[in-house]
Amino acid sequence: VTTEAKQAHRAPGWILAAIPISLLAILALLLLAFDLPGLDRNGPPIEDVAVERTELRPGVIELRVRNDGPDAVRLAQVVVNDAFIAEASLPTEPIGRLGQATVRIPYLWNEGEAYEISLLTSTGVTVAHSIEAAAETPKADAGFFGLLGLLGLYVGLIPVMMGMLWLPFARRAREPVVRFLLAVTVGLLAFLAVEAVVEGIDQAGQGAQSFGGASLVFLGALLAYVAMTGVDGWLRRRRAGADGWRVALLVAIGIGLHNLGEGLAIGGAYAAGALALGAFLVIGFAVHNTTEGLAIVAPVARERPRLRSLVLLGVIAGLPVVPGAWIGGLASNPQVTALLLGVGAGAIVQVVQQILPALRPSGERRGLEPAIATGLACGLLLMWGTGLLVG
Amino acid sequence: MPLDRTKLTRRSLLGAAAGAGALAVVTGASGGGDSSEAPTPEELAREYPHGPLHSGARGHVDAAANGFDPDAILTDFDGGTVTTLPGGRTLRTWEVVAREKEIQVAPGVSFLAWTYNGRVPGPTFRATEGDRLRIRFTNATGHPHTMHFHGIHPSNMDGIPGSGPGGLVEPGATFTYEFDATPFGLHLYHCHTFPLATHIHRGLYGAFIIDPKTPRPDAHEMVMVMNGFDTNFDGANEVYAVNTVAFHYMHRPIKVRRDELVRIYLVNVLEFDAINSFHLHANFFHYYPTGTSLTPAELTDTISQVQGQRGILEVRFPYAGRFMFHAHKSEFAELGWVGMFEVT
Repeated sequence: VTTEAKQAHRAPGWILAAIPISLLAILALLLLAFDLPGLDRNGPPIEDVAVERTELRPGVIELRVRNDGPDAVRLAQVVVNDAFIAEASLPTEPIGRLGQATVRIPYLWNEGEAYEISLLTSTGVTVAHSIEAAAETPKADAGFFGLLGLLGLYVGLIPVMMGMLWLPFARRAREPVVRFLLAVTVGLLAFLAVEAVVEGIDQAGQGAQSFGGASLVFLGALLAYVAMTGVDGWLRRRRAGADGWRVALLVAIGIGLHNLGEGLAIGGAYAAGALALGAFLVIGFAVHNTTEGLAIVAPVARERPRLRSLVLLGVIAGLPVVPGAWIGGLASNPQVTALLLGVGAGAIVQVVQQILPALRPSGERRGLEPAIATGLACGLLLMWGTGLLVG
Repeated sequence: MPLDRTKLTRRSLLGAAAGAGALAVVTGASGGGDSSEAPTPEELAREYPHGPLHSGARGHVDAAANGFDPDAILTDFDGGTVTTLPGGRTLRTWEVVAREKEIQVAPGVSFLAWTYNGRVPGPTFRATEGDRLRIRFTNATGHPHTMHFHGIHPSNMDGIPGSGPGGLVEPGATFTYEFDATPFGLHLYHCHTFPLATHIHRGLYGAFIIDPKTPRPDAHEMVMVMNGFDTNFDGANEVYAVNTVAFHYMHRPIKVRRDELVRIYLVNVLEFDAINSFHLHANFFHYYPTGTSLTPAELTDTISQVQGQRGILEVRFPYAGRFMFHAHKSEFAELGWVGMFEVT
């Protein structure tokens, strides 16, 4: 028998690949169909409900809840500050796993006061939720979009653009100075990634945990890293523009993704009444994000990008705060915010990896120069220090 | 001796609802319930421009499903099976079985109670001073239990661990407590097994009345056992009540007549909280602490009781209408320990 004949008798590759998957599917069907013994969990039902969103309107407190446990939960009673509220409306059916429901409570709440809400389930378990300082939830009207849009511009686009005005200075600077600026940039970005991960983990802790909790941040980060690597490869193959331009574009995309997550967090905090809007906050964010502009222009200091391209970079990096804030203010949930903050962090890590080779003088293979290490430290401290302004 | 409660008619219910505007709204609002049919926040805000008027539970507890009715518990005094001993003394015997039972303590909120005879509070034992009492107790639960009576009796009838076979009645076991009814007054009984807080708050308690040999004057009598439930087992009560069901007497006011003598046997068994209290609106009552004297100690509208403390209240309502009674601790009241008298 010839080799060719042997190969003709062989099954196609895809069938071989399908065998384990088919067996797995059959096993799953059998388990489901016969409800095989020994698979039921012992013990009483586990009831876990997360409050994902709180809305306060005059005379009404409304909670959006999600079943965060393995078993269905039937909500039976509502208690606000140690008083049963008969007029509260609850879903009549049990809430299934990962299901959502709305709890409406007529209640004359007072601005600025704290409220402790307790939802009593049919088994007597209590779901506790605190409102630390009651404030009316903003309505999604023109004023809302206008205010958050303006806030997004103040916090995102304008400071990034201002930071990019360091370009003429960077262009005139000598080569070691440019590398120092790049080192500062790497420091800035590295600390931005750290901040995003920390805030993402904090956000992830607030909502339902069934979607993965803090691991969502890392899922977002890894996906973004892979995607950015793909974008980088695509740009390299297209040989679009000079090397510096490619790095600047990647930096802008990375910062843009980060700012989308930051916008979500700002919008969510605003909707929850937890954001003290004021000049100080806006100035703090502006100073903080101005440094992001420097990170974008440093890679193109030795090139001659067109003004239009520079504006485009600024928009990519700074504008996403606006839609982020809108979405966050309207419908944020902590899991999405955590995922997107992770995406920003992953993108930034990839960008940092892009910039690192440029920190060494060409042909140099030894460790970092002291001046470059100082630049990195300056970047880290600068981002940390300006972050204090935001509180 | 006890008066039968007038059967609630549809008319009286409607009247009751009209009397408490808030309650009528409660019933209406909780009837639909489906979130899709629920009023919008704006409708709610229009409907309750000043917010809810009273605290209250959503819906009602089904007494049939619970197996006991707080309305009946008010007046179902249990004198036991009465025989006469040689020598002419009265012997009263009771059969008591401890059972685990899932009950609703507020509408839709169930609680795995430990019960005497399937109810919380347990039966209201009633005897006359000097009677011989014999309580045959069977434990049909998975935990050891006892019956510890307040009163004067020998130590081997005290129902606490170390007091002999009655001090720890194992699952499936039976023990007969036997002692004399003394002193006259209002007492209580409860399980005294370790851990005590669990065995009491789970529902193993009841009222125990010993009448003086010369009976008290005829009256409209009722029993109120002030209790609470730690439904999530965090060492604090989520639900408060008299006779177990939160807000029950708000939905079903207790009907009494003008100027008739009303006698309330009030017992506090509340676990976890140091002090409970009873306050009656717009009327004053004579208070007989522990019921061991026929002379009232006080004319007041508010009294307090620690756990195990009890007393008899006597009041005549001069005016017709609805009069609230509740713990004068706002938290307890708004978590279920509140009710109404309807005077006609």
